[in-house]
Amino acid sequence: MPAAPSPSLPPALTAVPPPAPFAEPGAEPGRTIVDVRNLTLTYQAADHPVYALSDVSLSIAQGDFISLIGPSGCGKTTLMRVIADLEQPTGGTVLVNGMTPEQARLKRAYGYVFQAPALYPWRTVERNVTLPLEIMGIPRGERQTRAREQLERVGLAGFERKFPWQLSGGMQQRVSIARALAFNPDLLLMDEPFGALDEITRDHLNLQLTQLWRRTRKTCVFVTHSIAEAVFLSTRIVVMSPRPGRILDVIDCARDLPPERTLDIRESPEFQRIAHRVREGLMEGHSYDD
Amino acid sequence: MTTDRILPVAAMSLAILVLWYAGALWLNGPQAVEALNRLGDGWGTADFVRQAFAMKRPILPTPDQVAVELFQSLTGTPVTHIRNLLYHTGVTAGSALTGFAMGVVLGVVLAVGIVQVRTLEASLLPWVIASQTVPILAIAPMIVVILGNMGFTGLLPKAIISMYLCFFPITIGMVKGLRSADPLALDLMRTYSAGTGQTFRLLRLPSSLPFLFASLKVAVAASVVGAIVGELPTGGQAGLGARLLSGSYYGQTVQIWSALVMAALLGVALVAAVGVAERALVRSGPGGGR
Repeated sequence: MPAAPSPSLPPALTAVPPPAPFAEPGAEPGRTIVDVRNLTLTYQAADHPVYALSDVSLSIAQGDFISLIGPSGCGKTTLMRVIADLEQPTGGTVLVNGMTPEQARLKRAYGYVFQAPALYPWRTVERNVTLPLEIMGIPRGERQTRAREQLERVGLAGFERKFPWQLSGGMQQRVSIARALAFNPDLLLMDEPFGALDEITRDHLNLQLTQLWRRTRKTCVFVTHSIAEAVFLSTRIVVMSPRPGRILDVIDCARDLPPERTLDIRESPEFQRIAHRVREGLMEGHSYDD
Repeated sequence: MTTDRILPVAAMSLAILVLWYAGALWLNGPQAVEALNRLGDGWGTADFVRQAFAMKRPILPTPDQVAVELFQSLTGTPVTHIRNLLYHTGVTAGSALTGFAMGVVLGVVLAVGIVQVRTLEASLLPWVIASQTVPILAIAPMIVVILGNMGFTGLLPKAIISMYLCFFPITIGMVKGLRSADPLALDLMRTYSAGTGQTFRLLRLPSSLPFLFASLKVAVAASVVGAIVGELPTGGQAGLGARLLSGSYYGQTVQIWSALVMAALLGVALVAAVGVAERALVRSGPGGGR
């Protein structure tokens, strides 16, 4: 079924500022960071081929916060794993910073945050954050400075010497975000990082994440299946649908929602309208079918 | 220690003692009756029990006979004397530990090879398994004879037999351990474009440690068995195996049981030592914060 953007959308509010004045100096807003063209990924299951991704095209610009939303099996995680060179596509092209995903991975172009924190239990919090720096051969002193900086940034100063099991789930996930930020990649790929957390923790981390994004202006790709989370965090929302995994709709949030967001904007009519459009998109893709 | 821990241990020890004395009564009974009949007719139950528990060459010595023998052997002569059981325990422990060290090296090298080189798994693993189906009692004299022919006597042949028993649990445990790394953690290493060596050192090796230590406990106990078996065909000059052999030559069951108890104590001590090393290494991890 072809995707058609909802025609009944009211025009953008005039009070909303244009989407670029808060960019970091030196960054080129609008430069394409990730370019996905006609991406297809098919794999052979026991008796029939599975179309994990079918003709997916998407362009992500510098400073974007893109959410990929859709039900399980819609290929949102697969798309991100292809961008990260953790999965090989069967067709189409992907460019990350103008390079193939493999070249980009070898150049450490992105930081990846997984669904689970994937912390190493035998390392302290600080040494978990320094892990990528250690691999990249950065000297010990600088590793420590950078780790402390990032831990402070995610609100975990003072937890350097703790072991992962001494931290709550939300804190562990924040450590994994600090770890992804530690080597200062321009691109952050986050695969349902808050999926396993309770709603209160999730709200809190969403707030922290949007503040972090506003401060650092990193390009973020965020996989979620929470509509509220997607609307709250994103500049653009990509609605996907399963069987075959494809893009149904791309919704611009930066026009209608302010860049500086607090939890109460979720009560605003603009927020509700975008959430409604996401839900409609998901329904169109039969995401609520059994 | 709290009473919660002492009580079950005490109850178990008591049960074993009761069973042991009952067994001694039952097994030594016929001999005791014979001996009493030779002395005359007028003997009662008390005489019977006393006789059965105090035979010079009982089928099953009582715990107190073994304890007295142990005490006399340990305190009656200096530690370096051939009649002191500690001397023999030391000899056995020496070859067991040498064999254990060799077994650890061999076992770990084989495991690393099997995990890192795909063809080795198919070519090597069947031989590793087959090596353990050969009865150690059959192959031990061969090893002693062959090495003796090459001019190696004393500790080395025994150590090699220990090694032969040791490396197997270590290889199997270590292969499993090296493969136990969390798939997410492996993906994470890939996103950092970590090399094979880095992934091995920073992820695979630390994740294998709990498996390695479980194997080490099995292996260190096996190394004692290996050393004792190795001492049987060497002619029986020194070591717990030699004591067992000379005890069985002369029907000195009390001596055999004393050597058995010492062997058991040696095994317990070595396994406990591995446990201490495990707590020191695995809890905080290598170079960990505490």
